[in-house]
Amino acid sequence: MMRTSDLVASAGRALRANPLRSALTALGVIIGVASVVAMVALGSGAQAQVERSIASLGSNLLIVVPGAQRGGGGVRGAAGAAGNWDSLTLDDAAAIAEIERVTVVAPSQRARAQLVANGLNWNTQVEGVTPAYLEARDWRIEQGRMFDETEERQARRVVVLGATVARELFPNVNPIGESVRVNGGVFEVIGVLASKGQSGFGMDQDDVTLAPLTTVKRRISGRSRRADTVSQISVKTASEDDLGVVQEQVETLLRQRHRTRPGEDDFTVQNLSSITQTAAQTTQVFTYLLGGISAVSLLVGGIGIMNIMLVSVTERTREIGLRKALGARQSDILHQFGLEAVALSVAGGVVGLALGVLGAWLMTSLFSLPLVIAPQNALLAIAFSGLVGVLFGAYPAWRAARLDPIEALRRE
Amino acid sequence: MAPPLIEAADLVKLYRMGDETVRALDSVSFAIPRGDYCAIVGPSGSGKSTLMNILGGLDTPTGGRIVIDGADIGALDDAGLAQFRNRTIGFVFQSFNLLARQTALENVELPMIYAGVTPKERRERAAQMLTRVGLGERMSHRPTQLSGGQQQRVAIARALSGRPALLLADEPTGALDSQTGKDIMALFAELNREGVTIVIVTHDHEVAAAAKRTIEMRDGRIVSDTQNTRARHDAHV
Repeated sequence: MMRTSDLVASAGRALRANPLRSALTALGVIIGVASVVAMVALGSGAQAQVERSIASLGSNLLIVVPGAQRGGGGVRGAAGAAGNWDSLTLDDAAAIAEIERVTVVAPSQRARAQLVANGLNWNTQVEGVTPAYLEARDWRIEQGRMFDETEERQARRVVVLGATVARELFPNVNPIGESVRVNGGVFEVIGVLASKGQSGFGMDQDDVTLAPLTTVKRRISGRSRRADTVSQISVKTASEDDLGVVQEQVETLLRQRHRTRPGEDDFTVQNLSSITQTAAQTTQVFTYLLGGISAVSLLVGGIGIMNIMLVSVTERTREIGLRKALGARQSDILHQFGLEAVALSVAGGVVGLALGVLGAWLMTSLFSLPLVIAPQNALLAIAFSGLVGVLFGAYPAWRAARLDPIEALRRE
Repeated sequence: MAPPLIEAADLVKLYRMGDETVRALDSVSFAIPRGDYCAIVGPSGSGKSTLMNILGGLDTPTGGRIVIDGADIGALDDAGLAQFRNRTIGFVFQSFNLLARQTALENVELPMIYAGVTPKERRERAAQMLTRVGLGERMSHRPTQLSGGQQQRVAIARALSGRPALLLADEPTGALDSQTGKDIMALFAELNREGVTIVIVTHDHEVAAAAKRTIEMRDGRIVSDTQNTRARHDAHV
């Protein structure tokens, strides 16, 4: 019985005997593993990016907007019926707040406005909100403070700037305490929001300015038909699991209040977690596809190993005959050649992993995606290359083990 | 009296060559005691190579029975034969069969690797064997850096490293010039005097004459089995 250390030494010696050949043989596996690792990392990066940007809108969040949803696609305002734009009211928001497991309800009114400060102009979205909006959207104040309930009720002329707006209007000045003109009115800047970056849909979420809802309704939005309508209601639930049930309850409640039937809704409830799931599933399929295509090259690498091992067995027939004459059992020869194949492919797997990580890093920084490499995926890549070695090394090693020593010794 | 090292009775070996059956060994019986130095001679096709393969545990007989050092060759399975070759037999080949990439020392260690001997003990025993065959100064040389005679000495050291019961040599001087061949035969004679049982298979009668005993084969049978005279045996040494 051969000692394991001798077996390993023997395999190492055989591979070093022909370094160029060993390297070229391993190259197939190197390329295979490197592309699998890089592609899966790239796909996971894209997936993480999508999840992260959608999550940045807020977690456990339902968004109720006026207008019906058309078909299976995205939400479009009911362009045909202008009246539908006014279907949501502050009373609706108050009613939703009564639903069990709803933690925060934040109605908001959106308007576009030109902001002017120190001679600089910026056209942005002014969001009329209640203080609860920050909690609903998981948003933080970076600097200064949010307006409070009293300021909201009294329709004070205060604004909280999004990071982009703050940067554009106050490039070199601390904006807190400064004033901006909005639609002719002078507002005081009391806070700046933390940056959220781009949304999953490519929008700059920081290009926004928050102002008290009543202020916006009265002084900015110019919408005078009904004083109590809102353009959006953000509904936060206690946990993600509640989203489905709460969504149904909100829909039922609004149908009762609006006296509409299912299918004729004048509102739409968007569930962000389901959007996240769909997007994540899409990118995951994409990841599997990339990984699968790359796995084909790993298969080709395995065939390369089998090819070279068969050549090696033929070349070393005499050596095999000698080893058998000196007392090597079939299993010793099987292990020796099997281990050579596994060593080749695992070495290829390790190098391929390193190259794959490097490639993933290059590509993700090129596309500014997060670099996601799960340790278990790295281990899996190594284990898989070992498996390739076992699978494709088995037949040549079996051939070597089964050689007749008399015939083998006679071979020139 | 101690049983002989090798005892063969009615050995038969059949080969199928197409439609024909060849009787490579046709009811061969003989015994070789421990400490013997025996040459098996005969022209090609006489069955001597077949006999050598069976003696070395590389092949098994079709009929009859052969027991070597207590092992019934015909009854051993593949792993049993491998162990038999490893423990009981030391092979010396015509073309040396050294591993070109390994040093003399590593080549001598090879059979002990399959015996599971510890690296330290292996190295010591291999060095001891190489010193015994006169290559104590060349242990780290590779085969290509050694002459033919030196390579055959490495091979003999390798054959002896496992302390086998039988040294089995197949045309050991066939690839050497006559003087080097004589040196190798002198080494065999010396080893035999020290107690090593040797069987040499050869077609060279001069080599055979150096042994104590000659078994001559023809057409798968033993045609003569003679003790060489002491005088002739010594003259060649």
